[in-house]
Amino acid sequence: MDLGPHLLLALLEGCVAAFVLAVTALGLSLVFGVMRIVNVAHGEFFMLGAVIAWWITSLVPDAPFWGFMLALVGAPLAVGAIAVAADALVLRRLNYQPEATIVATIGLLYILQQLVLSIYGPDARPVVAPIQFRIVFPWFGYSGYKLVAVGAASLLLLAAWYGVTRTKFGLIMRATQFDRETAQAFGVPVKRVYAAVFALGAMLAAVAGVLVVPLQQAHYLMGLDPLLLSFIVVIIGGLDSLKGTLIAAFVIGISDGIISVFFSPTLAKIIATLAVALVLVFMPNGLFGGKAR
Amino acid sequence: MTGADKRLRVLALHGGLVLVLFALQFLLPDYDHTNFTSIMVLATYAMGYNILVGYTGLLSLGHAMFFAAGLYGAGMGVYYFALHPVLAFVIGSSAGLILAALIGLIALRTTGVAFMIVTMMFAQAAFLVTLYFNDVTHGDEGLTLTQAARGFDLLGWHVDLTNPALRYNLALSLFTGALVLCLALVRSPIGRVLIAIRENEERTRMLGYDARHYKLLALSLSGLLSGAAGAAYVLFFGYVGSSFAAIQYSIYPLLWVLLGGVGTVVGPIIGTLLMFYLIEISRDHMSSYMIVVGIMLVLLVLWFPKGIAGTIRARWWGWIP
Repeated sequence: MDLGPHLLLALLEGCVAAFVLAVTALGLSLVFGVMRIVNVAHGEFFMLGAVIAWWITSLVPDAPFWGFMLALVGAPLAVGAIAVAADALVLRRLNYQPEATIVATIGLLYILQQLVLSIYGPDARPVVAPIQFRIVFPWFGYSGYKLVAVGAASLLLLAAWYGVTRTKFGLIMRATQFDRETAQAFGVPVKRVYAAVFALGAMLAAVAGVLVVPLQQAHYLMGLDPLLLSFIVVIIGGLDSLKGTLIAAFVIGISDGIISVFFSPTLAKIIATLAVALVLVFMPNGLFGGKAR
Repeated sequence: MTGADKRLRVLALHGGLVLVLFALQFLLPDYDHTNFTSIMVLATYAMGYNILVGYTGLLSLGHAMFFAAGLYGAGMGVYYFALHPVLAFVIGSSAGLILAALIGLIALRTTGVAFMIVTMMFAQAAFLVTLYFNDVTHGDEGLTLTQAARGFDLLGWHVDLTNPALRYNLALSLFTGALVLCLALVRSPIGRVLIAIRENEERTRMLGYDARHYKLLALSLSGLLSGAAGAAYVLFFGYVGSSFAAIQYSIYPLLWVLLGGVGTVVGPIIGTLLMFYLIEISRDHMSSYMIVVGIMLVLLVLWFPKGIAGTIRARWWGWIP
């Protein structure tokens, strides 16, 4: 293949990665933005989405399309319920104190990951894509499902944007983010908002996990990469900014796709992680530089 | 309690601990004998971690890079250049120190949550570096040091680091050295400033102390002990691989110190000992033994944030340093 088709392939791959990453990172960004906590277990919600999707689709082996649709609804709901429980049992008791919360979510990461290991096992298991068609370019064929995943992810992003900026719940959420105490004084049920936001963030990760599972197989360790990439995106994109998160997701996703096609993926990750650490240190207006509330 | 009385108790507690560890080598079965050797080395790592988190109030999520710097610094020195083990130990420890000082220059511009994430990112980059230079480090497979490379002649007799009895006592010496260093540090004027920074950095700075200078010193010392532990580990057990640089090895010292007691000198060894055996026992019964780590972290943070030694200090023995 020449450079041109190669680049096209890299762009397509990057695009798929970017959209899935944007959905995952949006969840992390919402949770950090509103609750001011860093959820290290975010990647495990992604993994749970994928694993539960495998389980649901394996229940209906004859109708992969409907099985997948069921998974697309069921997996996020199940993960949302787990997140609500984690919020009530652990995070709320810590009063969302930032450092204690990080340690607790590290604990949560191991608990969820190892529970999946003991119940689901160490194997990577595939999920059949709900639709089977290939788009044939002159140089190579391309999986149609990937484009469908991109479409579904962009619908989700639109819905999230609408939800945050145009609905009553979005308004309440932003009020809580802006000033927790004043919001409470005005009758906003802050505890319930926190539980809802934590669940919503987890569900976004879970949906991303479901969308990815036909491309990547479900495995109990698959949560680490999306976690680190989401951190990178949220830090570079900056806090309080849905737009920043989305732009960063596309820059990181597409450049990761392109660099990985032409260079070593490990090298790409090293550069990205170092860059992010430096952004966090030298551009404190990024993720954590906002006023401490 | 008078000052002299207090000093005597501190001496009795820590001296007693070292004596107990010394005596245990004659009582322990082979299996536990080896375990205690690694526990003492890992407790040195935990004490290094504790200097930063317990006495300076900076929570790092990336200490595996300093531990790994010691492991790789000493391990590759012996593997590729057939260095004298003592020299390799010095190089490994210095690698931890230098890396910590360099990371500190950058990362200490942040505090709190941002510091946690920055150290985690740097450690992740370090882990990926050990994978990327697979030709040299052999990645996950790692490097194995031969028995011959881990011995040397000293004043006429042959020192063999694979000898269990010798290894145990060297580990005990390393641990004792770190214990003395921590005790001296905590009771010194420098240690007092570090604790002041933990309690209230703004006020400490207003009193005229250069907080960044002190934090850099704490991080460097922390890196030195972590690197020394890593170097000792590779020389005693003859293996270094990427898994030692992975995030798990940044979480372990956090867990050991939390369980034993943040900001106490005896806490790290207590936490390391208990967690080591807890993980060993659960590993025998299930493949998902890391769940113990997760459950312990959540339980400690929720209900036992002071840890064992910290609780003893708060309830009964206020004099524990």
